[in-house]
Amino acid sequence: MVEGWQGHNACQQCDGGARVSLSRTMAPATTYTSTDPFSQGWQWLGDPVNWQGPSGIPARIAEHLGYTGLTLLISVAIAVPIGLYVGHTGRGRVVVVSLAGMLRALPTLGIMTLFALIATSTLSLMPAIWALVLLAVPPILTGTYAGIAAVDREIVDAARGVGMTERQILFGVEVPNGLAVMLGGFRSAVLQVIATVAVVAFISLGGLGRYIIDGLAVQDYGQVLGGAVIIAAVAIAIDGLLAVLQRVVVSPGLKEISISEVALSSTGGKA
Amino acid sequence: MNNISRPTRRAVLGAAAGLSVLLAVTACSGSNPLSSSSSGSASGGPVVVGSANFPENAIIAEIYAGALNAAGVTATTKLNIGAREVYIKAIQDGSVDVVPDYSGNLLGFVDPSNTVTDPAGVLAALPAKLPSGLTVLAASSAEDKDAMVVTAETAAKYGGLKSITDLAKVCDQLTLGAPPEFKTRPYGLPGLAKIYNCVPKAFTPISDGGGPLTVKALLNNEIQVADIFTTSPDIPANNLVVLEDPLHNWLAQQVLPLVKADRINDKATAALNNVSKVLTTQDLISLRNQVEGTQKMDPKAAAAAWLKDKGITK
Repeated sequence: MVEGWQGHNACQQCDGGARVSLSRTMAPATTYTSTDPFSQGWQWLGDPVNWQGPSGIPARIAEHLGYTGLTLLISVAIAVPIGLYVGHTGRGRVVVVSLAGMLRALPTLGIMTLFALIATSTLSLMPAIWALVLLAVPPILTGTYAGIAAVDREIVDAARGVGMTERQILFGVEVPNGLAVMLGGFRSAVLQVIATVAVVAFISLGGLGRYIIDGLAVQDYGQVLGGAVIIAAVAIAIDGLLAVLQRVVVSPGLKEISISEVALSSTGGKA
Repeated sequence: MNNISRPTRRAVLGAAAGLSVLLAVTACSGSNPLSSSSSGSASGGPVVVGSANFPENAIIAEIYAGALNAAGVTATTKLNIGAREVYIKAIQDGSVDVVPDYSGNLLGFVDPSNTVTDPAGVLAALPAKLPSGLTVLAASSAEDKDAMVVTAETAAKYGGLKSITDLAKVCDQLTLGAPPEFKTRPYGLPGLAKIYNCVPKAFTPISDGGGPLTVKALLNNEIQVADIFTTSPDIPANNLVVLEDPLHNWLAQQVLPLVKADRINDKATAALNNVSKVLTTQDLISLRNQVEGTQKMDPKAAAAAWLKDKGITK
């Protein structure tokens, strides 16, 4: 399989003629003056044609973020309640941790293809979204669980001692104290999903992955690189926004809990 | 041209595609797995039959090797060498002597400016364009190439579609599903529009190279026309209709042996020509079905059964 792609690369020249003469039929067509893929990438990004219309960059970014948003909405709805429950009660910890680990090992492209083949409508949105949900659930779930579980048990005991109900302890004490870690898990999920949503172009959907898949298909590496750069830029921008959000919502009284501390305390069997 | 589309599109199949995308970035230089043994069989020794890196080609290579051995020419195999770029080099440097190839893609590779598409024209143009020392033997009638495929229901609905000429009359009512490159390649949408005046209602890019997703979408009627290879076992399995291409939009892709001329004697030539005489597209479909279908037969075993069935071996 890999050799197939090798061939793909090596034959760049043989396809050049065809690509130029038919460029009129290609949605965003950029004529390159350079043969170096990196310069081609910049030329592609700088071409105004690629910033217009239904297959232009803004439209593709909107699709990309739409798929990402839907995926995260479903993932949060699934993972956060489970994570809160497990973190608060300590019940099912082993199951959740190992299940989340297993889910992380699933190849999204393969799962998406499988779901698409099982679904009644092969080329529709939801098979792809469910495959991405499987990708986003583990970091959100483990982040939520670890955030709650890492809250100092003495604080929780104190809260219980002053007569707070379990619900009050969870939302009034554990969630605010664990929020930094919880949001860390969420941010990691967002990054993974934004980067991986590109695969949905494989089954005819849109998003920024179109540029990568379509570009690869015709050895238009300028388009591939341009698409990849935009995905990276979108991911960094969204992560930056979330970092600001994290700073705003996390109580200033809390020092940021580093991941290593969380890992230590969660494996230390406190829960 | 589409000389690179075959291995590429096969490569797209399955979950490994994601990995391939990653590796493609680093694999540009195309490390030749044979470079260390380059001068191994320069003269004498058994005839080495190589194959490209997809199952159908490996099966044909096994058939060639079996036929050569049956004719008293000692032959060994070196399968799944890689794409055309790699195995042509391997023949030139003497690490392999015979590789099954496809007439049109081979011509497109050695002559990127080629415009001939009809079967006889391709075969006539080939010998002069091949690198010196390389030659092709007799071509079989077996072809593995892109084809426009519809379901039996769709064919019946529009008055018995048989060829793309028939399809052209109803093209504007149908959605066509194919790999993304179909949109821009000369043989893709531009060719259909220019040669058959067929412009589909919509184009749906599906990146599995006419694989299971494309077939499922076709059966679900999400697309009505699909680009599927003529030797796909999915065609008979789902009773799909392959539309004829009377005006040769697609390059002819007859299976033929590409050989290093000075390593193939008359006896070997006769044995390989004999295979080409009997090998058909139907044979390739059933051979692929045995190897890639649920049986998961070893290519060598499938080839041996075919050779026996055709009376080439006993």
